[in-house]
Amino acid sequence: MSIITLIIKREFIAKVRNKSFIVMTFLSPLLFVGIAAFVGYLSSMKADTKRIGIHDETGLFVKEFVSKNTKDGEYEYLDLSQIDIKFIKDSITNERYEGLLYIPKTANSKALENKIQFISNDSPSISFIESVQDEIASKLTKANYQTANLDTLAIQNAAANITINLSKSSGEQSLKGLNEIKIAIGGAFGYLIMMFIIIYGNMVMRSVIEEKTNRIIEIIISSVKPFQLMMGKIIGTSLAGILQFFIWAIVGLLLMVSASLFFGVTISPTAKIPPEMLHVAQQEFAATAQMYIKELWNLPIATILISFVVYFIGGYFLYSSFYAAIGAAVDNETDSQQFLLPIIMPLVLGVYIGIFTVIHDPNGTIATVFSMIPLTSPIVMLMRIPFGVPLWQISISVALLFGTFFGVVWFAAKIYRVGILMYGKKPTWKELYRWLHY
Amino acid sequence: MSTILEVNKVVKQYGDYVALNEVSLTVPKGSIYGLLGPNGAGKTSLIRIINQITLPDSGEIILDGEKLQPKHIQYIGYLPEERGLYKTMKVGEQCLYLAQMKGLSKAEAKIQLDYWFERLDIKEWWNKKIQELSKGMAQKIQFVVCVLHQPKLLIFDEPFSGFDPVNANLIKDEILALKEQGATIIFSTHRMESVEELCDHIALIHQSNKLIEGKLEDVKRQYKTNTFEVGILSDSVEGLMYDLTQKFTVGQANFKSLNNELKLEIQLGTAAPNELLHILTQRGQVTHFLEKIPSVNDIFIQTVSP
Repeated sequence: MSIITLIIKREFIAKVRNKSFIVMTFLSPLLFVGIAAFVGYLSSMKADTKRIGIHDETGLFVKEFVSKNTKDGEYEYLDLSQIDIKFIKDSITNERYEGLLYIPKTANSKALENKIQFISNDSPSISFIESVQDEIASKLTKANYQTANLDTLAIQNAAANITINLSKSSGEQSLKGLNEIKIAIGGAFGYLIMMFIIIYGNMVMRSVIEEKTNRIIEIIISSVKPFQLMMGKIIGTSLAGILQFFIWAIVGLLLMVSASLFFGVTISPTAKIPPEMLHVAQQEFAATAQMYIKELWNLPIATILISFVVYFIGGYFLYSSFYAAIGAAVDNETDSQQFLLPIIMPLVLGVYIGIFTVIHDPNGTIATVFSMIPLTSPIVMLMRIPFGVPLWQISISVALLFGTFFGVVWFAAKIYRVGILMYGKKPTWKELYRWLHY
Repeated sequence: MSTILEVNKVVKQYGDYVALNEVSLTVPKGSIYGLLGPNGAGKTSLIRIINQITLPDSGEIILDGEKLQPKHIQYIGYLPEERGLYKTMKVGEQCLYLAQMKGLSKAEAKIQLDYWFERLDIKEWWNKKIQELSKGMAQKIQFVVCVLHQPKLLIFDEPFSGFDPVNANLIKDEILALKEQGATIIFSTHRMESVEELCDHIALIHQSNKLIEGKLEDVKRQYKTNTFEVGILSDSVEGLMYDLTQKFTVGQANFKSLNNELKLEIQLGTAAPNELLHILTQRGQVTHFLEKIPSVNDIFIQTVSP
């Protein structure tokens, strides 16, 4: 067995046998599903009904609001128009009203527009205020139409509603939600790479530090080249990580299937939709779903998967060489913080650019540039690929990534070689630079 | 005696700092070679170069007639000063792993390990993790790891540090046994009494330069000052002192004895000991006559102190 396989094997076994690895591997999916279920449960819980008093001196709107009261609505409206406004104001806290909507009497409807008040001791939610505004505005508009002797029906019919249909030059119909799906797919892969780099890069670093603090490093390094040890460590750790991801994927899939089977039975009877409507809805849904699925199959799936693997390998190796070099330079994890920040930054930057820029303009300058820069390309390019990226761009980006990777490995190996034999010092950036010349 | 290791004008610099300045050594086959020097003299740098952990900036190393190259790793056994083991790995697995790294097959490694575990009576540790062992126990394992691939050249950097006297003795016996089997041992230490006891050759490195090298007795011969310790019972002390100071440099000596004699330290210069004896026997009864041979410690301190 060659020495590097020996090292890979040891690193892999050491990682996999570790108790925290085993616990994390099997607990994480459960935890994840548990949290998801908990959040779902929380959001399905009904909030307390909030009571809103309305003092409407015009008498125009209060009925509209009160008529909206249902048994378990979020807001309950109370007509308090008969009660003196001063008295209500004072009693907001005692009577446990969430707030008081005060619509004063004005000379004309124009004057009313900015006279309406909502009195509350808590700040009300924006969406609630907006809905009240809309309600009053539409009612007032209607009233205005009537005073102006306009035919409301005619106006309603005259209003135009525009929906633009998307399609490609090939004539195929596209779907509007597709961009979101594309960014979700690219984003998921990009995010996965980032998480993997952070988790397993750290593991590489810790394992290097462990060998230093154990003082076994000099025994090992007298039999193997530091470069072999570093690469063996990076590969061994990544194999353990891939195994963990693989287990997560399987366990997650099983949990999802069992969860959907479990909930699938309970959900359908509660939906109280008349059968014929359900039928129509189903047909419509099926048609849309078919279109989505067709669109999904039209995505460059092979390109996405291949580039995921390529960028995954390139990005992970690039970053874990940095992590290994840092681990070699420091004596304990606390000291590593100052060197870690510059590594995490491009990763986070990549994700932000992916989310904010790529979805807005997948082939714009910023997105293109950052999908070329090796430190961000694994994330940004993966987010771009579902939108269609010319092959030459991918080629350049991959070439740059691997070129940089070899450069960084060379540089990291130098720091590693010197650093692993340095004890008791907290190195500075300047010192690391000097090590390159040893 | 043929040479196993030749270090030829090796230079190593770290930035502006010169760690080794054209250091040359010749280590004879089958010797126990003491590599001495104060902290920071460059011993560890040299040992790391011999182990191919770092490369020299210039100069060359010849091992057993060949220029030092990667295959030589398995001819050398190295016990570093800073040593440890994987804490969470089991003893047996760890030894097998480290042995395979030295180029042994798994089967060969197993045979050697069985031999050594039997010999050092540590068989029951095979399935224990290092963290369950005491420091001394772990050091026994480190010793085994260092020697189990039957290296021709063994390099021990401060081998006795951290051992209790019983284990230190055990390791010392093992080192002597390895020498009997034909291995050459380079021995880097501060403990001069173990140098005195074990080494037949020494080299002293100070401030990146080699200052002394040679057979222990040759070095001592070179450093002796022709000084004798004398004890004498004399009735005419004044006359004696007059005679002595005429010819030699005389000082007070301090040694343990039963009589209440005159104790002197006399430096002969170029004169022969018999001249001194002649004077002494004329003036009284000689109870003590001993040539002062410098200890390694004396030589060390004399060379190193500014």
